[in-house]
This record gives sequence, C-alpha cells and structure tokens, in this order.
Amino acid sequence: MNRPGLAQDILSLTGEHFVLVLISMGLAIAIGLPLGVLLTRKPLFKGWVLGFANVMQTVPSLALFGFLIPIPLIGGIGKRTAIVALILYALLPLLRNTLVGILGVDPAVRESAVAMGMTPRQLLWQVELPLAAPTILAGVRVATVTTIGTATIAAAIGGGGLGVFIFRGIASVDTTQILAGAVPAAALALLSDGGLGWIEKRFSVA
Amino acid sequence: MSAPAAVEFRNVSFRIGSHQILDNLNLALTSGETVVLLGRSGSGKTTALKMVNGLVFPTSGEVLVDGRATTSWDLIALRRSIGYVIQEVGLFPHFTVGENVGLVPRLEGWPPERVGNRSRELLAQVGLDPLQFLDRRPRQLSGGQRQRVGVARALAADPRLLLFDEPFGALDPVTRVELQDQFLALRNQLHKTSLFVTHDVREALRLGTRIALLDRGRLEILATPEEFLRSREPQTRAFLAVLDLGAQTIADESE
Repeated sequence: MNRPGLAQDILSLTGEHFVLVLISMGLAIAIGLPLGVLLTRKPLFKGWVLGFANVMQTVPSLALFGFLIPIPLIGGIGKRTAIVALILYALLPLLRNTLVGILGVDPAVRESAVAMGMTPRQLLWQVELPLAAPTILAGVRVATVTTIGTATIAAAIGGGGLGVFIFRGIASVDTTQILAGAVPAAALALLSDGGLGWIEKRFSVA
Repeated sequence: MSAPAAVEFRNVSFRIGSHQILDNLNLALTSGETVVLLGRSGSGKTTALKMVNGLVFPTSGEVLVDGRATTSWDLIALRRSIGYVIQEVGLFPHFTVGENVGLVPRLEGWPPERVGNRSRELLAQVGLDPLQFLDRRPRQLSGGQRQRVGVARALAADPRLLLFDEPFGALDPVTRVELQDQFLALRNQLHKTSLFVTHDVREALRLGTRIALLDRGRLEILATPEEFLRSREPQTRAFLAVLDLGAQTIADESE
C-alpha cells in the first residue's frame, strides 16, 4: 500500500470533482435563472419547460450519461458530456425555485411597485429578485448538493472526479478505494450545503 | 374655457366577459377636492380607482388625467406623478422605512441627499419621528405606523393627485380615526386632489368633499356629505342605516 500516493490521488481527484461541479453549476445557473425569470413573464411555456426539466430529473443518472454519448456535439466520452448531464439534472430545482420565489412575492408589494412607476426591469431587479433571493438560493443549494453526488457517476463515461475511486473500488472489491471516493464527496457536499445555507440566511429579509 | 378636470371619467365601462363591472361612469374631479367612491364590495369602485393610474383600462370610454386620456400617457411618468395608497400598504419588506418613502424620488433620479431630506420631512409630516423610524424595517412597525409610511411614500414626489384604496380598512377603530385626522390635516396643508375608495359611510362623510355612491358599476348618487345625509334615496338610506343603528344602540343604552 502506498499511502502517500493515495493521498495525492484523493487531493487531485477531489479538485477535479470540484471543478466539474463548479462548471456544471455555473452553467446551470446561467441557464436556469434567466429561464426561470422568463417563465414568470411567459407562463404559456411554463408547463413545457418544467415538464422537460421534470423528465430529465426522473431519468436514472447512469442512463442519462449513457444516452448522451451518441449525441453529436454535446456527446462523446469525457468531461463535456458529463457537464451536459449534470446541467440537465440541476435545472429542475433552479427553475422551480426561481419561479416559486418570484411568483411568491406578495401581490400587494408587486402592485405597489408597478403603481409607483417602476419599469418592468426595476420591478425585477429591485423588488422581485431581492425578495425571491432566499428561495432561489435554496434551489442553488439543493442543486449543488445533488450535483456533487451525481458527479461521481461522471467517471463512468470518462469524466473523471471522485467517481474514479468508486468505480475502481467496485471493480476490484476494494472498500478503501470506495471510501476514498465517497468520503471526500460527502465532505464536499456538507461544506457546500453549509456555505450556501449561510449565504441564504444573509439574504433573508431581516 | 375652464381648466380641464384633474381627473375625468368619460362614459367609462369595464367588463370581463359578460360581467359588467363599470357601467357608463361619468365623473369629474376638480382640483383640490376629495371625492370618495363609496360602495359595497363588487360595486366597481376599486376598478374605477385603478383606471386613474393605468393599472386597468376601460373597455369603452376613457379616463382623463389633466385632460389627457390614460391611454395616451407615458404610464411610467403618469404613475410616478400619482400617489397610491392601498389597504395592504404594500411596503417593500427588504427596504428600510426611509428607502420605502424615498422610492419614487430615487426612481426619478433625485440626488441621495435630497431624497434623504425629503424622507425625513415626510415622516415628520405623517407623525413619525424620523430619527426613530428611518432605519426600521416595515415588519417592525404596527399596522397604523405602516399605513403612515404608506401615505408618506405616496406623497414623496409631490404628486399631482392621490389615490386611496380603503387605506384604513384593516386598522382598529381608534387608529383609523387617528389616520383620518392625519389625512384631513394633510389635505388642509397640501390641497391635493384625492380619489378615495371606501365601503365605510362614516369615513366617506368625514373625508369626502363629495361622495360618489357606486352600485353594481353604476354611479347612483353624487352628492356633498350634507346632501348625502339628507338624501331620501333608498341607496343612501341603506348606507346611512349603519349610522342610525349606531345612534339607536346609544339611545337604547342610555335609556
């Protein structure tokens, strides 16, 4: 057993895992939040988009990674495919919480804002988003924690990350390897949950 | 040629599907007066009020503000020039009292120092100590204090007219009278044209220079409080019966 080698591996794979999650969540937020805001303006598409996000969430994660491989441009083996899959997974909580947060703003407050002469843009940035922030952040938190877990499956399609340990451990019936993947993943999830929870609290109305 | 009415409803009707909410409403407010729209729930009074600041548009007829139809106004500019106070107050919970009051001036791009001064001045005017209240959050206020802030916010950018939608409806009777007194004091001081919606006949008699009684979307009676009290119309009697009931109870108790 070469312990120093394992520690080194844990460190570098945790880093890779973290970057994978960071990129996926960054892109998912960049897509999910504006899309969510758009859906509050165009309720016509709400059913379709939420339905799509819902279906994505119900596809077993291993299968979703598999489905993406043959698709041109976004598919193939490697990180890119893994990131696409993770984005699809994260979308539902982000979309839903953005919608719920914004639609949950007290109608009297919204009416006042409009009646005071706020433009739609001012209404969004000065009233709706600040008031929806705790709910939206709760969505980000749920999505992040899930993504950290799901990202372990990325290794199955060559996406790297802590899943590499887990898959290797399963193949060689080596509990140490499995733990080397699972424990840092769990720690990462707990840390993110705590950190985002703290931010969420700071955004709540005093 | 006289100056155009501050607000004029001209043959205004509003319907949703087959439901007639306003039926050929004609009403003109002259500058400086307070017209109270009195009516039961569903009489169309709130709808009429919301037509003035363009939250609702007539399905036929037009509403004119300073002689111009609301449909031809720049709505953002129109709304910023009209103070609006509603029963739920609708203060922004993530803003301090000062930020709430200074909202419209800020939207209008006043320099921060002037906004601050204006907020302090208005809080004092509605009977709240600026030092004590400026930095509080709406949730730290009582119902009456919140509504005072709501009134201050409506007055902030020195609006051409004020709209009130049952502003004191959710307050306890004592606070309600205090705020009505405040309203009267402010009116004597500022001479703002106001349109005031209520279902409370006492409030209408106290605050209105004229009372417009709406019933199922129709303007039934337009009268000064004195005329209203003397009126023998069944519609007015129905509202005044509330007062008689009060007087009766007092008479009964003193027997």
